[in-house]
Amino acid sequence: MPRPTDPLGPDMALVKPILASDPRFWIAVGVLCAGILLGAVAYTTQLRKGLGVTGLNRPAYWGIYIINFVFFIGISHAGTLISAILRLARAEWRRAITRSAEVITVMVILFGVISVIFDLGRPDRAAFIVTHGRLQSPLLWDVCSITVYFTVSSIYLYLPLIPDIAILRDQTNRRKWLYRILALGWQGTEKQYRWLERAIGVLMVVVIPIAISVHTVVSFVFAMTVQPGWHAAIFGPYFVVGAIYSGIAALIIAMVIIRWAYRLEGYLKEIHFNYLGVLLLVMTLLWFYFTFAEYLTTWYGAEPVQMRVWWSKVSGDFAPQFWTMVACCLVIPFAILCRRKTRTVRWMTVASVAVTIGMWLERFVIVVPTVVNPRLPIDRGVYHPTWVEWSMLLGCFSFFILLYLLFTRFFPIVSIWEIQEGRMNGREEVMERLDSYLPNSPAAEPLPAAKPAASQTAEGAS
Amino acid sequence: MSDEARGGKSAAPPAAPGAPRAAEEPKASARRHARWGMVIDLGRCTACQGCVTACHQENNVPPSNPELAAERRSIRWIDLMPVMEGEYPHVRLSILPVTCMQCEKPPCIKVCPVGATFLSEEEGIVGQVYSRCIGCRYCTNACPYTVRQFNWFDPNLPATYRDGANPDVSLRYKGVVEKCTFCNHRLQKARDAAAAAGRELLPGEYTPACVEACPTRAMVFGDLADPESEVSNLARSKRAFRLMEDLGTEPKIYYLREGVRE
Repeated sequence: MPRPTDPLGPDMALVKPILASDPRFWIAVGVLCAGILLGAVAYTTQLRKGLGVTGLNRPAYWGIYIINFVFFIGISHAGTLISAILRLARAEWRRAITRSAEVITVMVILFGVISVIFDLGRPDRAAFIVTHGRLQSPLLWDVCSITVYFTVSSIYLYLPLIPDIAILRDQTNRRKWLYRILALGWQGTEKQYRWLERAIGVLMVVVIPIAISVHTVVSFVFAMTVQPGWHAAIFGPYFVVGAIYSGIAALIIAMVIIRWAYRLEGYLKEIHFNYLGVLLLVMTLLWFYFTFAEYLTTWYGAEPVQMRVWWSKVSGDFAPQFWTMVACCLVIPFAILCRRKTRTVRWMTVASVAVTIGMWLERFVIVVPTVVNPRLPIDRGVYHPTWVEWSMLLGCFSFFILLYLLFTRFFPIVSIWEIQEGRMNGREEVMERLDSYLPNSPAAEPLPAAKPAASQTAEGAS
Repeated sequence: MSDEARGGKSAAPPAAPGAPRAAEEPKASARRHARWGMVIDLGRCTACQGCVTACHQENNVPPSNPELAAERRSIRWIDLMPVMEGEYPHVRLSILPVTCMQCEKPPCIKVCPVGATFLSEEEGIVGQVYSRCIGCRYCTNACPYTVRQFNWFDPNLPATYRDGANPDVSLRYKGVVEKCTFCNHRLQKARDAAAAAGRELLPGEYTPACVEACPTRAMVFGDLADPESEVSNLARSKRAFRLMEDLGTEPKIYYLREGVRE
C-alpha cells in the first residue's frame, strides 16, 4: 500500500497557519488575554476574601463553578469520542475533522478540572484529594476517570500527530528542534505505519468506554445524593447524551472558525457540516427523549419534594432558564437541522451556538433548582451569580480558546497524512470494502472476522 | 430504633456477638460504645432561641448581622424551623429547633472526598475536621437536612466575642464546613474529670450547651444506647418522631409531638 511521502504539494494550505504570521492572530491573542486577566482578577479577589464574593449562599452551595465543571467535561466529549466512533465506523469523511475534535477534548478537560478547584473553599488543600482521598466519594471517581480520560485522550491526540510533526520537521524550517523531538524519529517506514495504525486501532476502542465512564461519574456526583431532582438512575446516560450533544456543537463551532480563519474551505466542506448536522440532529432528538422521560416520570410520580423542584423549573424562579434551554436545545436546532436546505455552514453555526448555550443552561437547571429547594423548609434560597463567577466563566473560555489557537499555530489542525492517505488509498479501500459487502462480487474472499480494529490494521498492511 | 442491632455492634469485645442490648452490662462502662442523642419536646419548647444563643457562645459561632442574613450566609449550628400545617383559618404552626441530626447513617460522610467528616465509633457523633476540609461543599449538598454550614468569609468575630471565646473550641476560618458537634469538647472534659476521679462517666455529666440552656427543659440529652436513660425512654414514646425517617439516615435527634397526650 502506498504511503504518503510526497512533499506537501496541494496540502500547503494546512501548514500555512504554522509558517505565516497573521495580524489577526495577535489581535485574537490580545482579546483572549484580556479575558484571562479578568478571570485572574476575579479569582484573586475570591482567594483573598473567600467564596463569599460569589453569589453562593446557604443552601445554594453549588453554582456556576460546578455548572462549568459539568459543561466543560461535557464539551470534552466532542473530540475523542466522536473521532473514535468515526474512525471505528471507518467513515471516510472523518479525515479532515478528527484532529480538531481531539484537540478540543484535551484542552477543554483542563478547564473542567480547574473549575472544581475554583469551587473549593480551600484550594491550597486540593492535593488532599490525592493524599487523603476516599474512594467512597463520587468526587474521587471523577478524579480517577478524568485522569484516565485525559491521559488516553492526550495519547490519542499525539499518536496521529507524529507523521504530521515529521512532515513539519522535514519540509519546513520553523521550530525544527521542537518538531525533531516530538516526531520521535518518525521516518514513515511501512513498519512504523503499521505500528501507528495498530496503536490507534487499540486506543479508539479503549477510549470509548472511558469517555462514557467520565460523564457517567460526573452525573453520579449528583445522582448519588438523595436530593430531589438529582437522585435519578437516568442521570448517567442522560449526562453522556448531553455531553456528546454539546460536544458536537462545540466541534462544529470550532470547525467553522478554523475554516474561516485559515481558509480551509477545501478541507472542511459543506458536506462535512451536513453530515455533522445529521449527527447533531440525532443527538437533539436523543437529548429530548431523555429530558422528556426524566420530567414526565417526576411529574407523574408527583412526590411533593420532587415537584417543588420540578415546578420551580417549569413555571417558577427558573422558568426563564428552563424555557430558554428548551428553545436552545430542542426548538432551534431541530428546526434548523431537520431540513437539508438549512444544514448549511451558516445555519449550522446558529444551531451549534444555540446548543452550546442551551446545554450550559441545562446544567444550570440541573444544579441550581435542586440546591435552592432542599427537603427541609429551613432555608429555601436564591442564587444570583456575581461578576466574579461570570468573569471566571469568561476567563475559562478565553484560556481554552487561546490554547486551541496556539495549537493551530504549532501543529496542523487538519491531519495532513490522513488526508494524503485518503487521497491515495481511500477510493480503492472503499471500493474494496463495498465489493466485499455485495453478493457475487469479485472480492468475495471473506475478510478476517468482524473485528473492526484488527481488520483495519490488516487492511492497512495489505 | 433498632436497639438490637446497635447493641450487637456496640457490645464490648468479650460479649458474645449479637448479644442483646447492653441492659445487663454495668452502666456507662468505659468499653461500651455510647450513642449520644437528644429528644426535643415540642410541647415544652417556647421557641425562645436560648439554645441558639447558648450554642453561639459555647462554640464560638460568629453572630450574624443584617448583611450576612440578607446574603443568607449566617452560620447557625442550631436553628428554628417554622412548619405551617393546614390552611387558613385552620393553621397550626410548630417551630422545630433543628441541628445536625447526628445520623447513624450520615449521607454527608459517604460523599466527603478527603475524610474530613466522620462518625465516631465510640460516641456516634458526626465530627468535622477543619484542618482536613477542602471546602468542596459536597457534604452540605448531600445532607438532606441542610444543617451543614460553610464559612464564606473569615469569621467576623467582634472583639468582645473573641476575648471571651471558648478556649475549648477551635476558631474556624474561611473556606471550611462546620456543624453541630454535640459539644464534643464537653464530653472530653467530663470524661477527663471522671477519669481523674477514678470513676466512670455518670449520666448527666455530659450535656451540650443548648440542652443546658433550655429554660423549659424541652431538650433532653443522653445515651440512646443505654435503654434505662431518660432520653431512651422518651425516644420510645408514642409522641416521638424523627425528621425524614423514610430516608434511612437514622437521626439521633428525636422530637416529641406537641398537643398529643402520651
